[in-house]
Amino acid sequence: MAAIAIPHSPPAQRRGLTTWQTWGLLLLAPYILVFLVFVLYPVTYGLWLARHPESYRTLFEDPVFFTSVLNTIFFLLVAVNLKFVLALFLSGFFVHERIWIRWLSVIFIIPWAVPAIPTIYSIRFMLNPEWGVVNSLLFRLFQIDGPNWLTNPQLAMCMAMLVHIWKALPFWTLILMAGRLAIPKELYEAASVDGASAWQKFRYVTWPSIRTLYITSTLLSLIWTLGDFNSVYLLTGGQPADKTHVLATLGIRYIRLDQLDHAMATIVVALPFVLPLVYFMMKRLSIDDQKPS
Amino acid sequence: MTSRKLLSEAKLWLVAIPVLLWTLIPIYHIFLFSISTKDSAFSGRLWPKEPTLRNFGTVFRQEHFYLHHFWNQIWNSLWIAVAAGVITLAVATCAAFAISRLRVKGGRTVMNAALFTYFIPAAFLAVPMYKAMGTYGLLNSRWSLVLAMVTIASPYAIWVLKQASDKLPWELDEAARIDGATPLQLFRLVYLPLMLPSLVAIFTYALLLTWNEYLYAFLLLSHENTIPLAVGLGHFLSSDDSPWEILMATALIYGLPPAAIYYAFRRYMVGGLTAGAVKS
Repeated sequence: MAAIAIPHSPPAQRRGLTTWQTWGLLLLAPYILVFLVFVLYPVTYGLWLARHPESYRTLFEDPVFFTSVLNTIFFLLVAVNLKFVLALFLSGFFVHERIWIRWLSVIFIIPWAVPAIPTIYSIRFMLNPEWGVVNSLLFRLFQIDGPNWLTNPQLAMCMAMLVHIWKALPFWTLILMAGRLAIPKELYEAASVDGASAWQKFRYVTWPSIRTLYITSTLLSLIWTLGDFNSVYLLTGGQPADKTHVLATLGIRYIRLDQLDHAMATIVVALPFVLPLVYFMMKRLSIDDQKPS
Repeated sequence: MTSRKLLSEAKLWLVAIPVLLWTLIPIYHIFLFSISTKDSAFSGRLWPKEPTLRNFGTVFRQEHFYLHHFWNQIWNSLWIAVAAGVITLAVATCAAFAISRLRVKGGRTVMNAALFTYFIPAAFLAVPMYKAMGTYGLLNSRWSLVLAMVTIASPYAIWVLKQASDKLPWELDEAARIDGATPLQLFRLVYLPLMLPSLVAIFTYALLLTWNEYLYAFLLLSHENTIPLAVGLGHFLSSDDSPWEILMATALIYGLPPAAIYYAFRRYMVGGLTAGAVKS
């Protein structure tokens, strides 16, 4: 913005510094209060509730827990990677400069812009084996009885992944698109002059430029997908027979069963996986923060 | 040359059509059900024989067992979303100003604490939060959801506002200080007007996040007088013979306002929010 680079440091003004600092603390106080009362205290208390080894013994003996861990790993590996490959591909499509593609991108963002319940319920009804539109169409077009999409645990998990991808894909496509748009056009022009193919342009120009963004986004998405409650709960509710839970819905299930120590233990079990990722993300953001912009 | 151009256009359409169908089919399905009668809803037709608005009438007149508190639930949704939006905006703006412009000591630590909260999955924080709200005696009060959403929305809000605020020229602050302005005057007369676009974006973000929230709403609120519409919609599936066409009409009414607001403020949302979401 400013033509002259302004050093980003407060003026060395000794006098009056204290009033400014006092005001700073006063303005910061509301958030500090929110953090202490609704994050730090609850989390500390929760960890304290989960201190008994006994909770973990019974948790590990619960077959639902074991299934949920497997489901969660499966969900994370498949859904996140599939989502990002699709987002990478579609971001390449949406950067084309056409009026109609701009309009399409406005429509494409709808799943991200609308609340989860209506659309997930809609998909749930579409997949109903008896009355749902998917199986009706399968029967009408091919005279075959469609599968029980939501009562077969494996299929139901796959459907939950589809729902997750349906909802989250637009956001990550936009992010990767922003990354692609930041690449200088001259690089592509130079590559064209050198006779590079479309694949070579992607391999040697696009990918090196957005690799860091792609990896950071994937890691962030891993954390958030781990906490995706809606896609699973609103679609299957953990059914049939509690076989389609993931850790996010399992914790809530234990709350509903009034087993708070198990709910907390479920979360503690996931922490060795979550905390390094969180640490990495925070590190990334504060490195960017220190860079002069 | 022209045939090659045609081919590349065709390739684009080959991507566009599946993308369009993939995006719109679940949305259209909601719409289709909401204008169908109970009998024709399951016929599998692409357009109902006799489209009707009767389902919406049923919803607005609260003429179904699941809808007896419809208007009350809409009011709760609105009340909670606006309250969470206002409080988030106030808390985050003050914090961002203190960290970015006043360079308050410990600001960095607070920023890190906020970022930590931002990255922890919300479904995980829900468990300890639920317990704490019980301890505070807030369960089943609308305030519990308001405060929970403020907790979840503030970190990102502070982060985005701090990023925007760091970009303001430092000379402004210096000039204000030399003129003998107090921190509050700087905040009110210089900072707030310059930050207005980001403030709009953050208010909208917190408002939509809260209106759309399901998990925290159904955990913290269960009394029929305090639940928002999201939880009310969840009740529909508690029995097997739920009226899909009425549920979809209600869902459409619930989903339209946030979508409209999102598109109305998209200018601010895309510029202001995706930039801060992931830094390359």
